[in-house]
Amino acid sequence: MTTEAAIAVRDLTVAYHRRPVLWDVSSNFPAGHLIGIIGPNGAGKSTLIKAIMGLVPVASGEVRILGDTLKRQRHLLGYVPQRSSVDWDFPTNALDVVLMGRYGKFPLFRRPGKKDRAIAMECLEKLGMSSYADRQISQLSGGQQQRVFLARALAQDAEVYLMDEPFAGVDAATEQAIIVLLRELREKGKTVIVVHHDLQTAADYFDWVALLNLRIIACGPIDQTFTAENLRATYGGRLNLLTAIGEELSK
Amino acid sequence: MTASLWIIATGILAAAACGLLGSFLVLRKTSMLGDAISHAVLPGIALAFLISGSRNPIPMLIGAGALGLITAFCTETLHRVGRLQQDASIGVTFTWLFALGVILISMYAGQVDLDQECVLYGEIAYVPWDVWLWNGLDMGPRAIWVLGATFLIDLVFVLTCYKELKLTTFDPQLAESLGISTRLFHYLLMAAVSLTTVAAFESVGAILVVAMLIAPAAAAYLLTDRLSRMLVLAMIIGAASAVTGYLLASWLDASIAGAMATMSGIFFALSFFLAPRHGLLPKHFARLSTK
Repeated sequence: MTTEAAIAVRDLTVAYHRRPVLWDVSSNFPAGHLIGIIGPNGAGKSTLIKAIMGLVPVASGEVRILGDTLKRQRHLLGYVPQRSSVDWDFPTNALDVVLMGRYGKFPLFRRPGKKDRAIAMECLEKLGMSSYADRQISQLSGGQQQRVFLARALAQDAEVYLMDEPFAGVDAATEQAIIVLLRELREKGKTVIVVHHDLQTAADYFDWVALLNLRIIACGPIDQTFTAENLRATYGGRLNLLTAIGEELSK
Repeated sequence: MTASLWIIATGILAAAACGLLGSFLVLRKTSMLGDAISHAVLPGIALAFLISGSRNPIPMLIGAGALGLITAFCTETLHRVGRLQQDASIGVTFTWLFALGVILISMYAGQVDLDQECVLYGEIAYVPWDVWLWNGLDMGPRAIWVLGATFLIDLVFVLTCYKELKLTTFDPQLAESLGISTRLFHYLLMAAVSLTTVAAFESVGAILVVAMLIAPAAAAYLLTDRLSRMLVLAMIIGAASAVTGYLLASWLDASIAGAMATMSGIFFALSFFLAPRHGLLPKHFARLSTK
């Protein structure tokens, strides 16, 4: 394990309609760790990982991925969006969704070939989903859909994975399968950053946390950071000074 | 006899091109954007007529294509920057542009060979007699050439950008994170829709072209669980509507374009009730048999 920053965020501010959702966030996410981003609803957790990937316009600040700009390092990122962000009635099957993880590797006109199908099958297998490869995606349970998303991220073959609430609304078996996979990725030296809101499992799952509520409250190894005091600062009194300022500004 | 074959061929080409692109509109839940574009191209066509003074298809396609993109751009901008709801932005944009077109056509109706009737309802029955003369040679109906070229362009576009279109439709966030611009493919698709709409409007009219964009694609959506099959099915259903529509029209001695659109509606209804997995009746029986 190295302490080199997989992702370094400097003075990042993001605003929706002039109301800040992330305020002056600076943080280093070290490589080779399993990192949880934790905070209350509306704290900007999803926005933070979207900002890292350039999916939302950034008001100010800088993001570096493994020491370079997003433009150059985009291929090193793997993304698991929130399950609810897509239409599961789309006419496609599980294997096809996993194959989408390989799309970034081809220019126009080229389609994924046999080798990519084999890789996609392997990724489904790792999540125990290979028997569902041909299943239309709306016929999968919530947990199975989440596993398909995870398999797709695996197929991206990334260095840094960013996952938006992968544990939300899944069954216990899927939760176990996911956490085993995330630990496996860490063993391989990959960095995994997970947006998470369940405080009870957080200490168990992650070895590094960033506590977020509009700004970074604390960020570091779990045993030093995940303290009662920091959690109170993160969750205590939703209407802290900054939200109040945000409300004033949006008026 | 050859005249009816030309009419049917025109209908098939228009329906196949519309079905191919319409499938993506249905899946992107932007069906009404197709409706909007088909109306909003009117001022573009009118301007092209006025400037070129002829019914040459090239300036017409350019004018309509430009207006189609303006529609897509205005809708998107009103929604994103102005925080107006998507449907409201579509409603404001296309009615306004359509109205402009109506003014333009009524002002200059005497000067150009173009009337509102023709624009709205199409004149597919006259297709065989509007031939393209090239060096004095009869090259066959002009509409066949225009629609044939349009269909080919659409086909090449979808084949070339298949995986990009699929991903930006299904999961725009992943697409962006992979560096595939969702906005670029949105506008490319809208440009193709504008082109197709205007190529088809002369034969089926601005209103019925919407039926060809949406109904076959919606029917195909209910019939299959694979995108590639949905595209093919939408084209086949569109073509079938054109053929049966022509037969219906000659039987009833009624509007051909109207009959073709009616048939596409009937095909949709059939698929709605009888589609193997998503149809109403099979679902009903499946529920009965599990009880």
